[in-house]
Amino acid sequence: MNLPGVDAMIKKEMIALLLAGGQGSRLGVLTKNVAKPAVLYGGKYRIIDFSLSNCINSGIDTVGVLTQYQPLKLNSHIGIGKPWDMDRIDGGVTILSPYLKAESGEWFKGTANAVYQNIHYIDKYSPEYVIILSGDHIYKMDYSKMLDFHKDNNSDATISVINVPFEEASRYGIMNCHENGNIYEFQEKPKNPKSTLASMGVYIFNWAVLREYLIKDSDSPESENDFGKNIIPEMLKDGKSMWAYQFSGYWRDVGTIQAFWESNMDLVSRVPQFNLYDSEWKIYTPNPVKSAHYIGPSACIKKSMVAEGCVVNGTVINSILFPGAIVEEGAVIEDSLIMSNSKVGRNAVIKKSIISEWVTVGANSKLGEGEDIKNEYKPNIYNSGMTVVGENAEIPEGAIIGKNVMIDIGACAEDFTSLIVESGKSVFKGGVAE
Amino acid sequence: MKNVMGIILSGGRNTKLKELSTMRSSPAVPVGGKYRAIDFVLSNMVNSGITNVGVITQYSFRSLMDHLGSGKEWDLDRKNDGLFIFPPFLSDESSGWYRGTADSMYNNLTFLKRSNEEYVIISQGNCIYTTTFDDMLKTHKENDADITIAYREMSDVPIEELSNMGILQVDSNQRVIDFQEKPMHPNTLYGSLGTYMIRRELLISLLEESVAHGYYDFVLDIIIKMLPKLRVYGYKFNGYWRSISSVQMYYKCNMELLKLEVSQELLNSAKIYTKVKDEAPTKFNEEAEVKNSIVADGCIIEGTVENSVLFRGVTVKKGAIVKDSIIMQGSVVEENSTLSYAILDKNVILSKGRCLKGEENWPIIIGKNVMV
Repeated sequence: MNLPGVDAMIKKEMIALLLAGGQGSRLGVLTKNVAKPAVLYGGKYRIIDFSLSNCINSGIDTVGVLTQYQPLKLNSHIGIGKPWDMDRIDGGVTILSPYLKAESGEWFKGTANAVYQNIHYIDKYSPEYVIILSGDHIYKMDYSKMLDFHKDNNSDATISVINVPFEEASRYGIMNCHENGNIYEFQEKPKNPKSTLASMGVYIFNWAVLREYLIKDSDSPESENDFGKNIIPEMLKDGKSMWAYQFSGYWRDVGTIQAFWESNMDLVSRVPQFNLYDSEWKIYTPNPVKSAHYIGPSACIKKSMVAEGCVVNGTVINSILFPGAIVEEGAVIEDSLIMSNSKVGRNAVIKKSIISEWVTVGANSKLGEGEDIKNEYKPNIYNSGMTVVGENAEIPEGAIIGKNVMIDIGACAEDFTSLIVESGKSVFKGGVAE
Repeated sequence: MKNVMGIILSGGRNTKLKELSTMRSSPAVPVGGKYRAIDFVLSNMVNSGITNVGVITQYSFRSLMDHLGSGKEWDLDRKNDGLFIFPPFLSDESSGWYRGTADSMYNNLTFLKRSNEEYVIISQGNCIYTTTFDDMLKTHKENDADITIAYREMSDVPIEELSNMGILQVDSNQRVIDFQEKPMHPNTLYGSLGTYMIRRELLISLLEESVAHGYYDFVLDIIIKMLPKLRVYGYKFNGYWRSISSVQMYYKCNMELLKLEVSQELLNSAKIYTKVKDEAPTKFNEEAEVKNSIVADGCIIEGTVENSVLFRGVTVKKGAIVKDSIIMQGSVVEENSTLSYAILDKNVILSKGRCLKGEENWPIIIGKNVMV
């Protein structure tokens, strides 16, 4: 007999909740109008594609995507889940946005609160297990193997961990565990880490246990309602069975401009550590309706990736061109990302830059030249030598733009007070910073 | 164009395509790096606002059915109307084999009768062109025509190809005064595109009458016979158009796509929809030397590629040289091998150090799944 309320639903063993509400503020202008999971990556993907594809490749066909910050692009990207084969009668992908309730209504206060507010969504499928994912990371992982590990250890909560260099360990949540993987201590961004096993933000919980802790957590006024800061420590304190599942493949948190660029560049090396050409573990994304790309008689392309719909007549070295990018004759692109539908005019030279979607780079302009001076406006974001151009910006013909320069979304010729923008300067839409 | 339905004839056997059509019908032949020939006419119909399309198939239609699926990629998986595929079938009245183009439509008369559009556009599945049919419909109405035939001046097509076409003559009002089907000696350069506009009810009655008399071909038995009785008009099409009718035409068409003006008109003036597979963008390694070529997603290139069309998932290894060739999905050109004026069908492996060379007017073809 069916339980009331779940009669019409197929019971799912494990469903996924994908946290995709983060802004990713350290990506600067790249995340001004979109959430971090919706940022373009690797020539045709958005960051969230990796977690979503991992789900379907691991046999998880029911995924709730929690959105909050700037969800428009994310919503239209995911749609009804067709590219991931998640347009299902039972389950599939569901976008869960913050909503108003009868008595109250609020934003998701923390990661745990976001899941708490959607308890009814999870209950609908009465799963044994829930996997909590973040839409911010680049990796390929078989969650079904992690679930096997979880079951074998009779675990209440299993946390996927990866070995990080000791000097970076203090940036992560660190799991200290016995040799067999049993966790005895959790340190959030510790000054003196006891181990180098960092949490990847991938958790499998027994739903019944997590449910109880979510409710308890939401009743506690001093809680930050965060998995890492509250739920995990609380469960540890109560002596729940908690295990670390060690992952050893490629995993990157592309949270900074430098990390984002480096991870993209990893893809163009001869035998990339991260292989997108693996037919056993495909990464899915909506395919644009574009023709195959065309490489002209005067083109030269080396150590690069080029997506469909591109037209290349210039030189492209160690770079990635996203769908519909156009590189005119004489233009030179090195160590850069040119995102969808952007156009690089004749004889323009672009070095170490990230050019967002629908940007026009005027003929004879130069980007990424000069001294490596930190950005004056946001030195903590633009400090790795990369110049970043926001979407829909227009770079005037003949402009000379230095390093660590930020060009605002939609900035046009009138916003350039001079054709020379020195390293570390910024160009704002309307001339002033918000 | 809410008031028009489409029929795509994808039927006849084509031996002039040699190995390319042993396993597939000509509309399913891969073209331009990521398309199949039928994508063009299907996209033309969709871009004209036609949402009710029947595809009539006969020979080796497995790959075509596989490609079309539910019509999703053309936005034709509709609740009402959408895409319908009609292979031959056995019943009390039909023989399980279409005896001609008129017979193939007659066998699917239910589709025509059940539809409620006023006009039908009948077209061929193996022609490469980009257009919409709005203007043709307008002309059809203005001329108060019974049948309008799209035609084109074929001066850019080798003369021997004209003998594979319908050749027509029009008077100063564009009325068709003569129509020769596949003539030995064509009397004009005006070739029919095999695209006809006709009122649905007239089509139904013409088909019923013709088949009742034991005549089964739409061109020979309806158009040519009815020329004196019906108002048959021509509609001149001036754009790029190729029929994938022979290996030479197939090769020519693909190579012409490397010209910017052709690819602009054909691929970028409107959206051409096709079934896509999820491939990563193409990767060029350090040794890659690629010039004047079309390359689809999922390729890995380490060699030299010039004046060629590469379909998805092709690998060109170090030291390999590919010139003036067409390489279909999943094929591999191993190290230090050379290819020129060649067509490699799907999943061909050209082993290390091999050399294959055809001629421009006689490209060499390597059939599917072959290891050379």
